[in-house]
Amino acid sequence: MNPWLLGLESWFLPHLVGILVVTVVVILSVAYLTYAERKVIGYMQSRLGPNRVGQWGLLQPFADVLKLLFKEIIIPERSSGLLFVVAPVLAIVPALATWAVIPFARGLILANVNAGLIYVLALTSIGVYGVILAGWASNSKYALLGAMRSAAQIISYEIAMGFALIGVVMAAQTLNLEHIVENQSGGILHWYFIPLLPLFMIYFVSGVAETNRAPFDVAEGESEIVAGFHVEYSGTAFAVFFLAEYANMILIAALAATLFLGGWGSPLAGLGIPLLSANGLVWLALKIGVLLFLFLWFRATFPRYRYDQIMRLGWKVFIPATLVWLVVESAFIIGQVGPWFHGGLS
Amino acid sequence: MNPADWIEEGVFWVFGTILVVSAFRVITVRHPVHAALFLVLCFFNTAVLWILAGAEFLGIILILIYVGAVLVLLLFVVMMLDVEVEKLREGFVRYAPLGAVVALILILELVYLFWAHTLGFHGLAAPIHVLARHDNTRALGTELYRRDLYPFELAGMILLVGLIAAILLTLRHRAGIQSQKPSEQVRVRARDRVRLVSPKPPRRGAST
Repeated sequence: MNPWLLGLESWFLPHLVGILVVTVVVILSVAYLTYAERKVIGYMQSRLGPNRVGQWGLLQPFADVLKLLFKEIIIPERSSGLLFVVAPVLAIVPALATWAVIPFARGLILANVNAGLIYVLALTSIGVYGVILAGWASNSKYALLGAMRSAAQIISYEIAMGFALIGVVMAAQTLNLEHIVENQSGGILHWYFIPLLPLFMIYFVSGVAETNRAPFDVAEGESEIVAGFHVEYSGTAFAVFFLAEYANMILIAALAATLFLGGWGSPLAGLGIPLLSANGLVWLALKIGVLLFLFLWFRATFPRYRYDQIMRLGWKVFIPATLVWLVVESAFIIGQVGPWFHGGLS
Repeated sequence: MNPADWIEEGVFWVFGTILVVSAFRVITVRHPVHAALFLVLCFFNTAVLWILAGAEFLGIILILIYVGAVLVLLLFVVMMLDVEVEKLREGFVRYAPLGAVVALILILELVYLFWAHTLGFHGLAAPIHVLARHDNTRALGTELYRRDLYPFELAGMILLVGLIAAILLTLRHRAGIQSQKPSEQVRVRARDRVRLVSPKPPRRGAST
């Protein structure tokens, strides 16, 4: 074998294995998130949820996936052929590619990019193409209406989301996600959600809106436009949209945990308690789990927003609120408040 | 050539080719929506080339602003318009000379650029490869906000003025629109809407 090919291999293989592990874990999480969703909402509504396939219904997600895989993919006759097939791919790729810059633990990150945070923003902004193209290529009224609603909503809330992230960048003074987490090390009091509480709430609610989840799910409002942008999709193509939606939920939760809740850091770090004070992947998983539970809780309890109310909330409430809090945060930074802004201006 | 260079060369040629082909397709493809999508592909490949040249911040920002926002809005408009494809093709011959002139100017500029480069004009040296750890976001930020603060702020101001002007141009106040005013709805109290009355029983013999 050529010597340089060998070098290529040693550089390539660890990355490839890492990518594979992350993808498989994300997809498995999606499978069990759907199970958790049905169980949690079931119990909240005094039902049992799925309990037939396997012990406590634990194999239900696999049964669903198999069912979807064996269904026929129907491509509508008047649809725009290639785009119709490409759309679900465009939805899933950003949802998976963003995981490259999420730090799972110290040094455990696929690509430690300096501009990590804007990479995340750029990729999440591409996700909207899957939705728009699916709606347009289907050549169906409901799909187009759903796509328009969904795209308008995603674009509007992206602005508030971006502003909330500016707050994090101002606090951490870096765009590197690993450094952002390390700047929050030292227990729950050092996490950014305390000084940036309004931004954290706005970020998370915008995240719910970005993923088109209840109560912001007018894009697929069943009572009005059947299923929105993916009404014409069936079988595997539908499964891919489904996968993208849930992968995006997990991603938003992971980002919120990384940016505002100290990432892999233990809330009790620095207290010296054995086991509980140790930082690690488990804490990140736990935080993601709690935030995902919030997603499910919202869906079980809130009625759907009306469309104009969604727009009003995004443009007239969230964006001004983030602007105000950025000014307040600037005052914090100049005043070097608390354990968060000790560094002052660099 | 070591493997890293080899990969870089490969990436450049692959993305460069796709870039040129998609740019060509933008103007040759029939349907405006398809053209817009090829433009998306175009921007995406440009971003990759910029990142390859070491301008990671600019590359990602290109995707964020142009692909993620501007072209989405463009697609919105194109999808909503009921464009007649044939009508769009009509002006092609009429506008071809104008297009040729623009293309000629661009080519001349490029030739001048490379010519100046060969003369050893140092402002146009090939991009130097900086270390991967070099944080060009921070470098750009310090340049823009320290050295070029006033021009930068001025540019922002001009954009803001343009934004306000665009809104004013399209702002219409039509009478008779029944829109809800959420602030008023929130401010309503029970005593504004509900009146408690104690009805008296009708007197005997009164006509009703």
